[in-house]
Amino acid sequence: MTRTGEPAGADAGAIEISGLHKSFGANEVLRGIDFRVDAGEVVCVIGPSGSGKSTLLRCVNLLEEPSAGTVRVAGAEVTDPDVDIDAVRRRIGMVFQSFNLFPHLTALGNVAVAQRKVLRRGKRDAERIARENLERVGLADKVGAYPAQLSGGQQQRVAIARALAMGPEVMLFDEPTSALDPELVGDVLGVMRGLAEAGMTMLVVTHEMSFAREVADRVAFMDGGVIVEQGEAARMVTDPDHERTREFLSRVLDPAAARVQGGER
Amino acid sequence: MTVEPVDAAASRGPARGLFAGMPRRRRRRLSLGAQYTLFAAAVVVVALLADWPTLRENFAKQEVAEQLFPDIITVGLRNTAVYTAVGFGLGLAGGLVVALMRLSTAAPYRWLATAYIEVFRGLPLLLIFIFVAVGVPLAFPGTEIPGGAVGQAGLALGLAATAYIAETIRAGIEAVPRGQVEAARSLGMSQGRAMWTIILPQAFRIVIPPLTNQVVLLCKDSSLVLFLGITLEQRELTKFGRDLAGQKGNTTPIIVAGICYLIITIPLSLLARRLEARQRRGQR
Ligand SMILES: Nc1ncnc2c1ncn2[C@@H]1O[C@H](COP(=O)(O)OP(=O)(O)OP(=O)(O)O)[C@@H](O)[C@H]1O
Ligand SMILES: [Mg+2]
Repeated sequence: MTRTGEPAGADAGAIEISGLHKSFGANEVLRGIDFRVDAGEVVCVIGPSGSGKSTLLRCVNLLEEPSAGTVRVAGAEVTDPDVDIDAVRRRIGMVFQSFNLFPHLTALGNVAVAQRKVLRRGKRDAERIARENLERVGLADKVGAYPAQLSGGQQQRVAIARALAMGPEVMLFDEPTSALDPELVGDVLGVMRGLAEAGMTMLVVTHEMSFAREVADRVAFMDGGVIVEQGEAARMVTDPDHERTREFLSRVLDPAAARVQGGER
Repeated sequence: MTVEPVDAAASRGPARGLFAGMPRRRRRRLSLGAQYTLFAAAVVVVALLADWPTLRENFAKQEVAEQLFPDIITVGLRNTAVYTAVGFGLGLAGGLVVALMRLSTAAPYRWLATAYIEVFRGLPLLLIFIFVAVGVPLAFPGTEIPGGAVGQAGLALGLAATAYIAETIRAGIEAVPRGQVEAARSLGMSQGRAMWTIILPQAFRIVIPPLTNQVVLLCKDSSLVLFLGITLEQRELTKFGRDLAGQKGNTTPIIVAGICYLIITIPLSLLARRLEARQRRGQR
C-alpha cells in the first residue's frame, strides 16, 4: 500500500523531519534532526563543510536511506518501507551543485524526458511544458542546445526547469551556485528568487548569505550533524545566538579574514 | 621556448662516441641520417637477393588471382561479413544482459555473470567452436543449432564475444558519473528506467570505439569456421583461400584473402582510433 496519494493534513508541513539519524558505516553524519518546513516557506541551511547538509537534503528524497527517524513530505511518509519512492520523488524537485544535466539530450530533451517517461505525458504536452519552463528560467532561446554548449549558469537554470516541469510541491537545492563563476551566480539566484516569490516551498543549502537574508524566511545552522540553531533569516545572519554560528558566519562573510587567521576551509 | 627531452643535459655532457663535440641538433640529424641509410641499404640488398620471378609466381600469380573473382568476394568476403555480424549481434545482446547482471544488486546474478565472463574469456575460441560444432550434437542427439553454419559460427563467436562485450559495457556504464543516476532517480525514474533512458545511451557512446575493435577481432576470429564442417557456399575468406591454394598449388589465394581481411579491418581500426581521439577531445 502506498500513502503517496494521501492529502496533506491541515497542519502538516511540506517537509517534516523527526529524529533523523544517518550513519555511513561507523561515521554518524546526522545525529538526530528535528526539522520542519511549512508549505510556501523558504528555508536556507548553512554550515561548515562536512556538517551533513547535503546528507540531510538527500534523506528528504531518499537518495540516502535514513538510519533512523521519519521524514514526511507533503503528507507522504518517505521513510515508510511500503512507500512508492518513485511516486514521492516526482513531487520533490532537486537541484544539484554539479547540475547533473543529461549530456546526451538537448535542453528541451532534459526538461521533457522525465515528463514523458515518468508522468507519461505525450510528446507535444511534454515539449510545450518544457518550453514554458525553459522560458521561465530565461532560456527560451537555448531550447535546442546541448549541455556542453551552455555556460554553468545556463546549465543550472535548465536543471531548475527540469525539476519544475514535474510540478513538484517542494524544491531542494544543494549549493546550486557553488560550482558557478561569480558573474553567473546572479542569474541562478534570480530564478530562485522568482520561485520563492511565486510561493514555492524551498529548502536551500547555500553559502550565499545575501540570498539567505533577502529571500529566505528562515535560516538553519548545521554543525556536526545537528541543527545548532535556526531562526528568522535576518536575525540569524546578523545576530545569531550561538558562538559557533557567529564564528561560521564571520568566516563566510569575510573569507579573506578567515584565511589570514588560518581558519579551516 | 624549446622543449628539451629529459636526457638533453646528459647528451650534451661529456664527449660521446662518433659525434662527440658536435652541437646536439646536428648530432641528432647525423644519427638519424645514418639510420635511414642503413635501412635503405637493407631494403636494396633484400630486393637484389630476392628471386622476384619465383616470388611473383608463388604469391601473386595473376591467372590464379583472376580466377578467384568474383567468388572470393561474393562467397568468401560475404560469409565472413555474415558470420561476424551474427556473432557481434549475439555478443552485443548477450553482453548487455551479462553486463547488467554483473552490476545487479542481486548477488546470484552477479556471481553468474562473473562466472560466465571468466569462463568464456579463459577458453580458447577454437574449443568453443568445436564444442558448438561437435559437442552440442553429441550431447543432444537430434538437436540442431538453427541457421546451419551461420547459426553455429554465430553462436560460437557470440558466446565468446558476450564475455568481452559484457566487460566493455560494464566499464562504460561505470564511466557514467554517479550524478546522472541521482538526477534521474530524483525525477522519479525507477532504477530500470534510469538505466535504459539515461545511463545506457551515455555508456554506449563511451564504448563505441572498443566495440568497433571487437568487430575487428570477430572478423578475424570468424576464420575458425574452417574447423566446422561447411559446404562450399558457406566458406568464408580463410577457408576459401586455403582451399584454392590447395587446388591451384599456389599461395596467391591466401594473399588475396589476406588483403580482403585488411580491406575490412584496417578501416575499422582507423575508425575506432578516430572515434577514440574525438571522444578524448570532446571531454571537458
Ligand atoms: N555516500 C557516502 N559514504 C560515506 N560517507 C559519506 C557519504 N556521503 C557523505 N559522507 C560523509 O558524510 C559527511 C557529511 O557529508 P555532507 O556531504 O552531508 O556534508 P556537507 O555539509 O554537505 O558538506 P559540504 O559543504 O562540503 O557539501 C562527510 O564527512 C562525508 O564524508
Ligand atoms: Mg554538500
